[in-house]
Amino acid sequence: MQMKGDKKEIDQDKGSKGKSISRRVLLGGAATAAVVLLKSSYGQVVQKAITQAELKISDPTKVQGPPPGVLGTRSKFETLVKKPSDTSSRTPLQDLFGTITPSDLHYERHHAGVPVIDPHSYSLTLHGMVKKPLVFSLADLKRFPSVTRIFFVECSGNYRGGKEEMTPQEICGLTSQSEWTGVMLSTLFREVGVKTTASWFLAEGSDAAVMSRSIPVSKGWEDAMIAYAQNGEAIRPEQGYPARLLLPGWEGNTSVKWLRRIELSDQPFMTREETAKYTEGVKDGKVRQFSFVMDARSIITYPAYPQQLQKGWMEIRGIAWSGRGKIYKVEVSTDGGKTWNDARLQDPVLDKAHTAFRYLWEWKGGAAELMSRAIDETGYMQPTMKQLIDARGKDMGGYHLNPVTSWLIERDGRVLFKAELTS
Amino acid sequence: MNKLWIVCSYLIVWSCNSNSDSLHVIVTAEGKTIKIDSTNWPSSFQLGRPASPEEIKKIDIDVRPDGTGLPAGEGSAIAGKAIYLSKCVACHGTDTTSPEAKLLGPVLISTKPGKNKTIGNYWPYATTLFDYVRRAMPYNEPGSLTNEEVYQLTAFLLQANKVIGEKEVMNAKTLPMVVMPAQNRFIPDDRKGGPEVR
Ligand code: HEC
Repeated sequence: MQMKGDKKEIDQDKGSKGKSISRRVLLGGAATAAVVLLKSSYGQVVQKAITQAELKISDPTKVQGPPPGVLGTRSKFETLVKKPSDTSSRTPLQDLFGTITPSDLHYERHHAGVPVIDPHSYSLTLHGMVKKPLVFSLADLKRFPSVTRIFFVECSGNYRGGKEEMTPQEICGLTSQSEWTGVMLSTLFREVGVKTTASWFLAEGSDAAVMSRSIPVSKGWEDAMIAYAQNGEAIRPEQGYPARLLLPGWEGNTSVKWLRRIELSDQPFMTREETAKYTEGVKDGKVRQFSFVMDARSIITYPAYPQQLQKGWMEIRGIAWSGRGKIYKVEVSTDGGKTWNDARLQDPVLDKAHTAFRYLWEWKGGAAELMSRAIDETGYMQPTMKQLIDARGKDMGGYHLNPVTSWLIERDGRVLFKAELTS
Repeated sequence: MNKLWIVCSYLIVWSCNSNSDSLHVIVTAEGKTIKIDSTNWPSSFQLGRPASPEEIKKIDIDVRPDGTGLPAGEGSAIAGKAIYLSKCVACHGTDTTSPEAKLLGPVLISTKPGKNKTIGNYWPYATTLFDYVRRAMPYNEPGSLTNEEVYQLTAFLLQANKVIGEKEVMNAKTLPMVVMPAQNRFIPDDRKGGPEVR
């Protein structure tokens, strides 16, 4: 590995500048003991490499550690960060274990920034085709019978390709999983008396875009929830504080954050996010609209770019998920799809949830191509990019792309993304 | 106008509290029976307070394809162009802006066929334009436009994309009548579940 050991500050908040820094640069170099996050004088978060000497690592059995504190911290040796762009911020899938995304690493996608909402003045209004239009405070929402459920939230525009040097985070880091707590929307529907003729509802946020989507009422009765907690604490501002809609298994944009209003209707509202955006070209010049469900998908998160493989046994690891239900099976190939083997699924396999899989493999040297494909309980098998193009045509755009992803293992142990183009 | 959607999405929903209050049963048009376990639940939790018509009116800003929600007022393209050139052009450009230009917002005006999805070749409903601009634009000052200005901008954007003529005035009556060139391209989700890749 290259010796880098310098202490140059690296601007991680690059967004539009788009110059990518490889993990090897960040982590490489014997003199670099760790990389820490610091706030620069401009208020930007920067990564700073610190040397062994600076860390003053001494024998921990000989020094008294800090006393108990009011908040836990992440070890200063850990360097997990989201990867922000102008419009979103991606979860570092390759750095995570298990299936719960730490709340501060949950992906972000919003259309006009993160609003600041005082929980004491927060309210949610349900009106339209209901018998009793009601306004609920946050305290009201918390008093209703509650539910807790683990499931993923994924942006429907969650595929990037185009170059070999891409991490799982860059390819599909717009998916994250949490344990959510809140009140079922059906409980509120019952309370306001949703009329039998209501077939759609508008969910509207109180961000600066007043983001809104039309949702079929059936989803509201089925498993929609209004969540106020995430992984045991209040929802993070980036995730919709103090309360948001959650539609398990459906494209993330429909799970409207900072929810302020629900209006029952007998027709969709045709908002910008369900017409100009979040719609995808299919064959014959048609445009598919209200494509809510996220199809089954998987990705190998280890080994993946930018790791460097060493010969020997390893566990190929990854996550699989489906918005249609439970993952039934994940298959792994190490020979570019010629043969497929069943991966082990980690229990419990939950409905509409990231499911960890692993497959034991010995790398003997030589080139290899690692792939995974998810099969869900509806019998749907994660398609290849070619299958997607064949089914939807060349103008399919970037939404709802869930292709099988391959990692090329080079003879020298480098792991590269087999970048498939979408058209 | 939205008959298709009404037919596609119509749900039969009823509550059946016949034997006891413990099961709230909903049947959807897709034939799905949804049972909500409400064992020991009161018929109402008495939480929340009634929403008055006045307070609903304040936040009920959506505009539907049939025109429901459109306010009084009207606007023409000429007036809209002046506002566009002062409040929108910096981020959205004009039809003569070079395709290479790095704009902050999406291209809004284009009558040329091409990769850009714009109002003329991609938006299925004209009312969406009013609804969206009023709630979210200008990006740096959302919610600052008057209804009159939004009508004017809507008229201008429709005219610049060759959807309506220069003299047409947009108001609560005329805007829902505008048929967008792309409307017939839109189809509801045609994935049917199961093994099929679609
Ligand atoms: C500071 C930059 C900025 C200004 C000024 C601005 N916009 Fe925007 N506009 C944006 C951005 C950024 C988006 C995309 C937002 C998103 O994707 O959620 C956008 C999106 C839009 C869209 C939706 C386009 C599409 O294809 O989905 C419309 C319509 C629009 N703006 C109209 C206007 C109008 C009218 C004005 C002037 C009153 C205006 N904008 C001023 C930045 C701006």
